[in-house]
Amino acid sequence: MAIEFKPSPSLPPPSDSVGPVAWVRANFFSSPLNIALTLFSVYVLYLMIPPVLQWGFLDATWEGSSKAACTAGGACWAFIGAYFEQFMYGLYPETEYWRINLALILLIVLVGMFAIKAVNKLFLSIAIIVVYPIVAFILFSGGMFGLETVETSNWGGLFLTTLLGVVGIVASFPLGVLLALGRRSNMPIVKSVCVVFIETIRAVPLITILFMASVMIPLFLPEGLNFNKLLRVLIGITLFSAAYMAEVIRGGLQAIPKGQYEAADAMGLTYWQSMCLVILPQALKLVIPGIVNTFIGLFKDTTLVYIVGMFDLLGRIQAANHDANWLGTTIEGYAFAGFVYWIICFGMSRYSMAVERKLDTGHKRK
Amino acid sequence: MSENTNTNTSFLNDAGNRALIFQAVLLAVVVFVGYYLFSNLQANLETRGISTGFSFLNEPAGFPVLIHLIEYTEADTYGRAFAVALINTFVISLLGIILATVIGVIMGLARLSNNWLVARLATVYIETLRNIPLLLQMFFWYFAVLAAMPHPRNSIVFGDFFINKRGIYSPNPQFQDGSGFVLAAFLLSIVGAFFIVRWAKARQKATGNWFPAYWASFGTIIGVTLLAFVVTGFPVEFDLPSKSRFNVTGGMVLVPEFVAVLIALSTYTGSFIAEIVRAGILSVNWGQTEASRSLGLPDGKTQRLIVLPQALRVIIPPLTSQYLNLAKNSSLGAAIAYPELVAVVMGTTLNQTGQAIETIGLCMLVYGSLSLSISLFMNWYNKRMSLVER
Repeated sequence: MAIEFKPSPSLPPPSDSVGPVAWVRANFFSSPLNIALTLFSVYVLYLMIPPVLQWGFLDATWEGSSKAACTAGGACWAFIGAYFEQFMYGLYPETEYWRINLALILLIVLVGMFAIKAVNKLFLSIAIIVVYPIVAFILFSGGMFGLETVETSNWGGLFLTTLLGVVGIVASFPLGVLLALGRRSNMPIVKSVCVVFIETIRAVPLITILFMASVMIPLFLPEGLNFNKLLRVLIGITLFSAAYMAEVIRGGLQAIPKGQYEAADAMGLTYWQSMCLVILPQALKLVIPGIVNTFIGLFKDTTLVYIVGMFDLLGRIQAANHDANWLGTTIEGYAFAGFVYWIICFGMSRYSMAVERKLDTGHKRK
Repeated sequence: MSENTNTNTSFLNDAGNRALIFQAVLLAVVVFVGYYLFSNLQANLETRGISTGFSFLNEPAGFPVLIHLIEYTEADTYGRAFAVALINTFVISLLGIILATVIGVIMGLARLSNNWLVARLATVYIETLRNIPLLLQMFFWYFAVLAAMPHPRNSIVFGDFFINKRGIYSPNPQFQDGSGFVLAAFLLSIVGAFFIVRWAKARQKATGNWFPAYWASFGTIIGVTLLAFVVTGFPVEFDLPSKSRFNVTGGMVLVPEFVAVLIALSTYTGSFIAEIVRAGILSVNWGQTEASRSLGLPDGKTQRLIVLPQALRVIIPPLTSQYLNLAKNSSLGAAIAYPELVAVVMGTTLNQTGQAIETIGLCMLVYGSLSLSISLFMNWYNKRMSLVER
């Protein structure tokens, strides 16, 4: 009788190489150095987490009308509650908040419509870039259609921060594309004008540009023509980030193989056709991370308008810190501001990663 | 049917002509705008009665500057105040760059660590600080942390160090006679170390024998300097800070403005450098590490000889821009009264003299020449490293 060969079943992997125990061992205790690092990390966590929890949640006071109400010894979040509207809208009149909210909702609806396939993207873009700013401006400043006029000096808080950021982003992007194209142009005068502009702006800190906008621009304008400080600062911010944007886009343009330019020429496309239809779509896709980084940087840099006397979110918090009723609530104010900025900036960076993945049609052969 | 048949295109459709016309128009616009702005400026300065020129630099400034590393009193000129501010900007930038690099390298390596906990902690650090405006962080350190330090009476004490509302007090070394000898010995030992390294490299090339040159030269420097100290009988005395009833006197003081700017600048920039270091190391193909290991190189040498040189090629360009950013961001110190260039020149001097064009121009010139030199270097580097096609 033939003996049938039967392989014995495989043994399970040794218990110290798989499963949670092995994971813990590999990640925390694989070597003496690793053990030391683990212990050190645990100590750092021990130093930080319990006090922060105690201060921020367990001992925190959430309601009250002055610092005196905060007796629990922890964070005084009542301060944020009392000033919340100022942090959001600045000194905008309370009865007119709906105008800002309406403009925000409009923007969200318009941008959201990009997701709908049936909508014509070109019309939508024109609506957002040309029509929407006019509508928003009329809503914000009033003086028309029976809307009460609100001086720009009363604009502030997160509203002003967002306004500076969005206008800076929207206006600097096309300008940056033009500058980048100009810098790579064959025409020597065009090229040198762009190079001088980009390098000069990039060489100096934003503060000097803002000081220039608020102190020097009036000196360069003819007598009697004097435009609004907010507008001057907006121009400064836009020029500043356009120079950075131009360099990011130049990187993308450099990365496009020469064959693409040649192919576009061979098709008989004009310069603008080949740029808009062939080169820029590829170049911009390549540099999405850089573009979003510039946006995030711009959004964070809007805080500098505080130095030239405008009250954005950080400026309003600095002002509120001096309220005699709420002395000693500095940390709460900064924590709130930090939280808001963090959510927005981190959100932007994550959103850009999602866009990158979505647009990553790639040059892979499938 | 007449002249047009000779040329394929009309004058306006010729690409070369078009380029010429376009550039001429652009040049005309630039010149005209420049002229227009300049004539407006002259008219405005005249009506407002603002004098022009840099003669104000020789007038007495009449304001104090909190931190001055060279002699400065209120009776000194605006020119000297400018020099003081310039030095303050350089000092904070240089110290910030050194600290930020150290923090950045440590955090970048920590985020790549095999230790799960360490990697997560580094991630939290990087993602938090990168996404919060620098000005807010400066305010936090200055108004929330350092302002909350105890009064001088209740200073926090670490040995001879005192920390209170007015700053960090540390022993101030006073160099006595003979310290020049120690300095000379120190410099000589560095030269000696240089020769040891050269000799070791030459010997390794000739014979293949390896000599621990770096440890040897390190030991030489420490040993010779220490010996010089002993021979001259320790020519350094420390001016120790001491606590009187209401204040701390003596010693060296780091004022809160300085500390806040330095902490904020270096931790903020450090979080960016960390990502650059991480990206640089990740860019080196894992196969390189495997190849190095299969040659039998230990981990330390794999890092130092194989991974790092290749990673540096990716790291250096963005690192240079981070240094540049840090130098420019030091201008935010103006917001918490650290007396750097913007605070002294564009703040106080501009307010007192009203000479906006000169003061802002001066600031932009300083920052401009600082960054343009780095930018030129970067462009040269970019050209050298970028891919050459056909």
